Amino acid sequence: MSNYRYELSKHLAEVFSDTDAQISESRSGVELLVPVETWADTAKTLRDHKKLAFEQLMDLCGVDFLTYGEAEWQTDGVSSTGFSRGIHSKGPGRFSWDERREESMPNRFAVVAQLLSLKHNHRLTIKCFAPDEGMLAVPSLIDVWEGVNWFEREAFDLYGIVFKGHPDLRRILTDYGFIGHPFRKDFPLVGNVEVKYDEEQKRVVYQPVSIEPRVLVPKTIRRDSRYVDTMNDQEAS
Amino acid sequence: MSEIKNYTMNFGPQHPAAHGVLRLILELDGELVEHADPHVGLLHRATEKLAESKPFNQSIGYMDRLDYVSMMCNEHAYVRSIEQLLGIEAPIRAQYIRTLFDEITRLRNHLMWIGTHGLDLGAMALFLYAFREREMLLDMYEAVSGARLHATYYRPGGVYRDLPDSMPKHAESKWTKGKDLKKVNEWREGSMLDFIEAFADDFDSKIDEYRTLLQDNRIWKQRTVGIAVVSPEQAKAWGFSGPMLRGSGVEWDLRKKQTYAAYDKVDFDIPVGMNGDCYDRYLVRMEEMVQSNRIIKQCVKWLKANPGPVMVDDYKVAPPNRTMMKEDMESMIHHFKLFTEGYTVPAGEVYSAVEAPKGEFGVYMISDDSNKPFRMKVRAPGFAHLSAMNDMVKGHMLADVVAVIGTMDIVFGEIDR
Repeated sequence: MSNYRYELSKHLAEVFSDTDAQISESRSGVELLVPVETWADTAKTLRDHKKLAFEQLMDLCGVDFLTYGEAEWQTDGVSSTGFSRGIHSKGPGRFSWDERREESMPNRFAVVAQLLSLKHNHRLTIKCFAPDEGMLAVPSLIDVWEGVNWFEREAFDLYGIVFKGHPDLRRILTDYGFIGHPFRKDFPLVGNVEVKYDEEQKRVVYQPVSIEPRVLVPKTIRRDSRYVDTMNDQEAS
Repeated sequence: MSEIKNYTMNFGPQHPAAHGVLRLILELDGELVEHADPHVGLLHRATEKLAESKPFNQSIGYMDRLDYVSMMCNEHAYVRSIEQLLGIEAPIRAQYIRTLFDEITRLRNHLMWIGTHGLDLGAMALFLYAFREREMLLDMYEAVSGARLHATYYRPGGVYRDLPDSMPKHAESKWTKGKDLKKVNEWREGSMLDFIEAFADDFDSKIDEYRTLLQDNRIWKQRTVGIAVVSPEQAKAWGFSGPMLRGSGVEWDLRKKQTYAAYDKVDFDIPVGMNGDCYDRYLVRMEEMVQSNRIIKQCVKWLKANPGPVMVDDYKVAPPNRTMMKEDMESMIHHFKLFTEGYTVPAGEVYSAVEAPKGEFGVYMISDDSNKPFRMKVRAPGFAHLSAMNDMVKGHMLADVVAVIGTMDIVFGEIDR
């Protein structure tokens, strides 16, 4: 399998040599980081170029990079100062709707697609960052792969990424009349509203959520390289 | 003459043929479907968001509840993505056990599919036949994991435990005793592998039984031949995978093309269809059961001859056994850390896919050096299949909508996630 990654990177480097697309090769596959302006054109090239021939788009999803690398538990430098290791953090599941954080960061939202070529039997991950200028807008790939339709609807529903040129960009997974984009990292895990049957009104009503946000295991980051040796061994072999 | 207009009909979400909670808004011209708009999401539980708030191992059980008729295949994709990020590999015996149980899962899924698909199209008896065999496959799940459905058996680095030495037997009851009891326990005298072997030897004849009920059945053929024809080009463009892609004549199977577990060490064929209609997809799935049975036999043979570890020997990922934990300080620390904090996974991204019974089931995972996934995305085969619903039923009769839902083999656990 590592052989195909090398070949594929070489072809990609040839085809995209005069563009801003960045190729990265890792243990787990090849990734192409595409500027959002050329997202649709790059997709078309990837599908139609003979040596690439990605006939299938298997998956497309949004990613929210807010809180990336933020831990909830201190792992070093505390033994001398005391026992408290908890860090006040706003990781998923720790806050409610009124406590949600509102901050912006560059390159917060990304769109990631998994491509598959049946002809050459290789896979590629393509990624672009959605520009955050009031509205997250990324060109739709619907003209390249028809099957992307629902995947883009899902990314719109869960992350609020708008796909320009999509013919039917409606919510898909959430409830009719849902407010917010639930997979964003600043959307509380407990949600915003709950439903119950109201005896007096004789119908189902919405009301603010009554459960408390709670996390059992804090998010802990350790970079003690426990697996580095074994990883290098595998790379070498 | 009165004026005839198109009308809109609501199909589901509570409809026996909707296979769960599918709501279809159908625009009909008489009995012809002009437009179909599937509304999904009624079973949305935000599995992926929940996984972000839990250590890696605690989400394995959620995977069972995605495609809840092919549990272990979902687990397989999930644990494989973690293994790839960690850079570990399960021992060979665990790989064979995974191959064996993936195929048992495939049989279970296809038996469920043929039963309900038949039932939807008017073949009542088949359901009873299919569930007779499925019951034994449920027993296999139970014997190995303790649960008939939601097994949580695969772990990063291997499987939870080795195959049991004995197969649980039916107890005596008012209705089953004496000679009857002996008969139902006939295969269960030996180890679990003996039971699977006895089942596998017998199962080919059972597939023939299903075939006598359907293959040349006039009603069955009238309901499936030429219905929802998908060309290979169209199947690729829609992101189809699994039997839906193979039914259209594309020879593609991840088990062969991008092999994993022990699939490169077993012998099997990829069945493909010719016309891409519902009948061809039926033929493909039936033949897949035969091939699965072949793989099961080979795995049983290998597993009987090759004992060994079923979990990696790395206590940073897999817990030490209980006697060690009680005698050795280091093991106790490992145990404590694993069950409170979990293990941290090196930062990186990975997409790993397996050939689940319904098609390509993939997990895209982003880790940021922590003990929880930063982002986990499940690529469900049914999601891509159902998105082509409108194009597949356009121009067909209302009754064919049910045939198309059946041929897609959709399960809402994975589509709505």
